[in-house]
Amino acid sequence: MKSGKKKNYNFIVGGTITGLMLIFIIIGFFYTPYDPNAMDPSAKFAGISLKHLMGCDNFGRDILSRVMKGAGTTLSVAAGTVFIGTFFGIILGAVTGYFGGILDEILMRVNDAIFAFPSILLALVFISLLGSGTYQVVIALGIAFIPSFARIVRSEFIKCKNMDYVKNARLQGAGHLRIMFVHILPNTFTVLLSAIMIGFNNAVLAEAGMSFLGIGVQPPQASLGRMLSEAQTYLFRAPNYAIFPGLVIILMVLGFSLLGDALKREE
Amino acid sequence: MKYAGKKLLTMFLTLFAVTLFVFLAFHVISGDPASSMLGTEATPARLEALREEMGLNDPVLVQYARWAGRFLTGDMGTSYSYRMPVSDMVTDKIPVTLTLTILAFFMMVLISIPLGIYTAKHAGGVIDRIIYIFNQIIMAFPPFFSGILITLLFGRIFKLFTPGGYISYEKNFWGFVGYLFFPALAIALPKAAMAVKLLRSSVIGEARLDYVRTAYSRGNRTNDVLYKHVLKNALIPVVTFLGMALTDMIAGSIIIEQVFSIPGLGRILLTSISNRDYPVVMAIIVCISLLVLVVNMIVDMIYGLIDPRISVE
Amino acid sequence: MEKNLILQVKDLNIEFHDHLIPETVVYDFDLDLRVGEIVGLVGESGSGKSMSALAIAGLLSRKDMKKRGQILFDGVDILTCERNVLRKIQGNDIGIIFQEPMTSLNPLKKIGWQVEEALRIHTELSKEERYYRVIEMLRDVELEDAERIYHQYPHELSGGMRQRVMIAAAMICNPKILIADEPTTALDVTIQAQIVELLKRLNREKQTSILFISHDLSLVRQLCRRVMVMQGGYVVETGDTEEIFNHPREAYTQKLIAAIPKVVRKS
Repeated sequence: MKSGKKKNYNFIVGGTITGLMLIFIIIGFFYTPYDPNAMDPSAKFAGISLKHLMGCDNFGRDILSRVMKGAGTTLSVAAGTVFIGTFFGIILGAVTGYFGGILDEILMRVNDAIFAFPSILLALVFISLLGSGTYQVVIALGIAFIPSFARIVRSEFIKCKNMDYVKNARLQGAGHLRIMFVHILPNTFTVLLSAIMIGFNNAVLAEAGMSFLGIGVQPPQASLGRMLSEAQTYLFRAPNYAIFPGLVIILMVLGFSLLGDALKREE
Repeated sequence: MKYAGKKLLTMFLTLFAVTLFVFLAFHVISGDPASSMLGTEATPARLEALREEMGLNDPVLVQYARWAGRFLTGDMGTSYSYRMPVSDMVTDKIPVTLTLTILAFFMMVLISIPLGIYTAKHAGGVIDRIIYIFNQIIMAFPPFFSGILITLLFGRIFKLFTPGGYISYEKNFWGFVGYLFFPALAIALPKAAMAVKLLRSSVIGEARLDYVRTAYSRGNRTNDVLYKHVLKNALIPVVTFLGMALTDMIAGSIIIEQVFSIPGLGRILLTSISNRDYPVVMAIIVCISLLVLVVNMIVDMIYGLIDPRISVE
Repeated sequence: MEKNLILQVKDLNIEFHDHLIPETVVYDFDLDLRVGEIVGLVGESGSGKSMSALAIAGLLSRKDMKKRGQILFDGVDILTCERNVLRKIQGNDIGIIFQEPMTSLNPLKKIGWQVEEALRIHTELSKEERYYRVIEMLRDVELEDAERIYHQYPHELSGGMRQRVMIAAAMICNPKILIADEPTTALDVTIQAQIVELLKRLNREKQTSILFISHDLSLVRQLCRRVMVMQGGYVVETGDTEEIFNHPREAYTQKLIAAIPKVVRKS
């Protein structure tokens, strides 16, 4: 069975990559080979060696340590973003999908209008309103992600609200809130999970993009996007400075997208 | 035509809502433009005079109407930091960003449509698998990182272009387009990978439908079934995606402009954000919004052209 | 081969190979179809009747299925012949219509284009000649306002009209055989009767042999002189329609007859 093999393959490779990345990041929270912000003038642009596995940057900071911390930052920002997007997306989608009517009509029109705009652009608008910084990026990206989750949850709720088990719950006297969040919500789990996977990837890429532009995580805190923008200046002198952070972003996104693919095929 | 009219109306309503939102948001946060303009020279009397002159004492909606009206005539306000008309700063940047985006869009289409059809036709084959793996990896690339790698590879190692050697379109149009080739490629690749995946699954999904069996029953060749029947149907979801990708590219070019030091809208947008130069930020956001809305409008029109079921609605 | 024998199926066996264990869906299927004859093929869903029909029309995928036996049309074995030989037969000598007129037409193409398609493939007729031929054919299947319908899209027509369009498209090259795979199942009862009458008339006027597949015995009785009953992949009973109706030998056939609503049976 061809399809079966491919699915497992996606799951195994994706799971392995994601697992390794998580271990890498979690270690980074507790231990890094060097202090990620410690500058060693004698090690400026040190190449790849046993002492510095990924070399050093323009201030002589250990790139591996910074990548470990930076990946953690990126992951946290992405997680926060997805959390905001999912949380408000679920509430918005559940209410509009379940109740319908005028409120649904208006909110969804607004939602569609926002959805039509690229999330980076939205985030930039919010950043220019809120100012730059880590929390601002989380909020800005989170808001920008709400419409896509709301859309998905809404369509699932519309699908589910007329199903027999919901009618049954209603007959037994369950209130609207209970039906929405105890009966229907768990049934949207698979769809939601794959949306979260995709959202997570978009968040990682968006965070990296914002930090790359210098409006996300502020120095000296390490962030993969920020490292890449600094590395760009010294691209020809120390290509390893750019390549390793980039590679880590790619692996993070790749792992999740393979897992997401494996989940989707299972449906 | 009724459909087109409806879409056009929606577009103007959205544009109205977006500009109103942008105006109000910046109105609230930007504080008092009069005091930011006067800076240290501010005295209560001068402030009041300037406020009156700028119309800041009028109701917000009146101010919005005035701002929107001026915007339509090309007057986008005055930059706080440069003390020059925003339109002078923005108008010559628009063609740069637009060219970059359009170039990237065509690259995406040229790469993804043939590959999508090929992989669908040979689904399960060796090349299909290889392309699948490539796609997954390319989709994981942040566009600015592909930009960096492209600079490294084509700029440094193969010396196909001079990194940072931007050529203005006013001086040498084809040189300008040539310089934009690689940045456009960096924007196009991840989107092309997604489009290949989508087109492939769309074609495969369509090929299972009943009308395809009907087409075979009339004695069509496989290729004729594919190109005369399946493809148009399979393209419907792809058109939506391409439209969204195009709007994403407009925003994505902001980042890529940084990588390749291209003086487009993205560059001034970023400096203006960090300088809190709100008139410029507003002008650029409104310009990009307008582009996004026009693209969505065009996508809807194309929909109406491809799918007869829509125009009747 | 007997002189007026147009199609001969011998020992047709169809096996599926897309599961781990090969699954046989049709066993030892035999069929003789003579010029101008209408043969009925009845059975429940899953009895293998549609599979046999698709095999005769050359529409079974050549990869996933294993087929044994012979389907002889005009000295050509449809199961084993070259694809381009098969293609010259499909649409030209053998036409087929399906159960679902709603989905069997391409939603994005005009009716005229679809009805005309077989002519474009199999004849050298000019554009104008093809147009007149299509209009004539649309009138022949009793569609009013043929010129307007020519320029319409499938979604603008009712189910019954679409099935007439399907018949017109299948009959446009004057095929020797028309396979009608449950052509009336998806339609209203009154429309069903009209379609059956139409098939009857086309058979009489054009001497087209028809293989009429249905689970509805009363329809088969109206249309066919000869009938085959299928169950679980086997042909369990075959013979003269009236004979089988009045003296069914198999318990299964008796059950099928008993399932016909009384009112219809009287007529």
